Amino acid sequence: MFDLELGLDLSGDFYTRHFQPTPSEDTLILNMGPQHPSTHGVLRVILEIDGEYILRAEPVLGYIHRMQEKMGEVKRYEQYLPNMGRVDYLHALAWNWAYVGAVERLMGLEVPKRAEYIRVITCELNRINSHLLWWGAYLLDLGAFTPIMYAFQDREIVMDILQRVSGSRLTYCYYRFGGVSQDIDDIFIEKTKEFCAYLKPRLKMYKDLVTDNIILRKRVEDIGIIEEETLRKYGATGPVLRGSGIKYDVRRKEPYSVYSELDFEIPTASSKDALGRYLVRMQEIEESLKIIEQALEKIPPGPHISPQAPRRPKPPRGEVYFAVEGARGEIGVNLVSDGSAYPYRVKLRSPSFSNLSMFPEIAKGTLLADAVSILGSLDLVIPEIDR
Amino acid sequence: MIGSKLKETFDGVVSLLIGLKITFKNFLKPNLTVHYPRKTVKPEELTGYRGHIELVPKPENPFVPRCIGCGLCRDICPSGCIEVRSKRIAEEKEIHTPHFGLQDTPLDLTRKVAPPQKTKIEIVSFELNYNYCSLCGLCVQNCPAGSLRFSKDIYLASFSSRDFEFDLLKRLEKQAQARLKEEEEWTK
Repeated sequence: MFDLELGLDLSGDFYTRHFQPTPSEDTLILNMGPQHPSTHGVLRVILEIDGEYILRAEPVLGYIHRMQEKMGEVKRYEQYLPNMGRVDYLHALAWNWAYVGAVERLMGLEVPKRAEYIRVITCELNRINSHLLWWGAYLLDLGAFTPIMYAFQDREIVMDILQRVSGSRLTYCYYRFGGVSQDIDDIFIEKTKEFCAYLKPRLKMYKDLVTDNIILRKRVEDIGIIEEETLRKYGATGPVLRGSGIKYDVRRKEPYSVYSELDFEIPTASSKDALGRYLVRMQEIEESLKIIEQALEKIPPGPHISPQAPRRPKPPRGEVYFAVEGARGEIGVNLVSDGSAYPYRVKLRSPSFSNLSMFPEIAKGTLLADAVSILGSLDLVIPEIDR
Repeated sequence: MIGSKLKETFDGVVSLLIGLKITFKNFLKPNLTVHYPRKTVKPEELTGYRGHIELVPKPENPFVPRCIGCGLCRDICPSGCIEVRSKRIAEEKEIHTPHFGLQDTPLDLTRKVAPPQKTKIEIVSFELNYNYCSLCGLCVQNCPAGSLRFSKDIYLASFSSRDFEFDLLKRLEKQAQARLKEEEEWTK
């Protein structure tokens, strides 16, 4: 369709026009999504396929764009807190931390030691939760139904623990400027210790059931190999980067909070394929358990929120960047303040966006069924990409 | 060639058997899910859970909320879902007959000379639109009078969004009446 009066090409949206079919008659243009079970949300990928092989792939974004960044400019600092639980619903506490940490850095606010330890414990519990859901959902994509049920059984325990202190089960709004909203109690500590003891044999069971399974190995081994150059080019972070053998973790490279006092490893895999990313995430769950156990022993008494914490913060003029390590990679908040009660600009750096950007390059030349495996191994959360 | 094929088949059968073993073990374990309409979660498992907000009554009078009508909750709410209306009412005071020497002074002047009237705040309405609430808890933490708390109402479901527009004063009254009734039965 062509509008003569306006001189506009109105056929299809921007992406469809951008993605013109090639003259060849052998290829087929295929839409994967926006409603596709393996895209976990509303991600649309346009594929040009020759038989079962992908020639070109292009992700289309923006189906659940909610103006999270704009909302930061029209809400006061403290009013923006609940938004952070909704950017990435799986690792909500990391986003909470990134924003709260940025405001604290801008204001020069000290956080009590106890609050820092509470943050570490809850954030790591949330990371385990996120990895467990990814594990279940990824295997669901690959055709195994039962693992997600086991994953949800474990997730339920973590959600009960976190609900006790934060009041929510998924979209947490727990951290406050200068601390956390509620102190942890003895039952929380006891339950968390119980959970750590419970999950270890479960992880062994997962290894027997899934990781060593020959069907899974066939679907993930030597599939979706990402070279270091591609990772560097697109700014990939998190388990995707570590799955290709690069030892980068914000918790170690740019230590924030009390992570420098805790002893843990950064798991990496040298195979660069989907299996590498899978193994990195499974080892990360074990490392998180290690961190939680150490933090529970080291946690000092004291206030859970700084006495100087303002109810309505008004940071001085300036710009600050604060990054934390989320389940998917580096989560960053760039905050600009003009000295008023409203932020001038809130830029959210989401790891899933960078990780997805690599997809056209990795998917080129692979089978359609492998593309599903690659997409799942990137661990995408669509609300985080669109923001 | 045949050797590798055989090995593959053997590995497949082994991993199948391991899977079956784990499935069978779990098959014998007790049921973990709560069959919702027939069973509900135990109340002690709801500790710390944030339901929608409700008003906290004064200790001496369960019908009157602690609220002082400052409107801080309304201002801080990110979604603007709280509506508080309050009015100041003057307390009744005794009427004294003017002093003998002042009986001829104009009425306005005597009013100006009189001490200011004591006023008290009455909450006219306290409405919550739960449809927009994101349960961040900022209102509860910022209430200077400690007049807000989270309820344990978790089984909320309706076909109409109107059912989630709560009149919290009415809710408080109902709770107070229920409490009184309970106390009466207790004394019997």
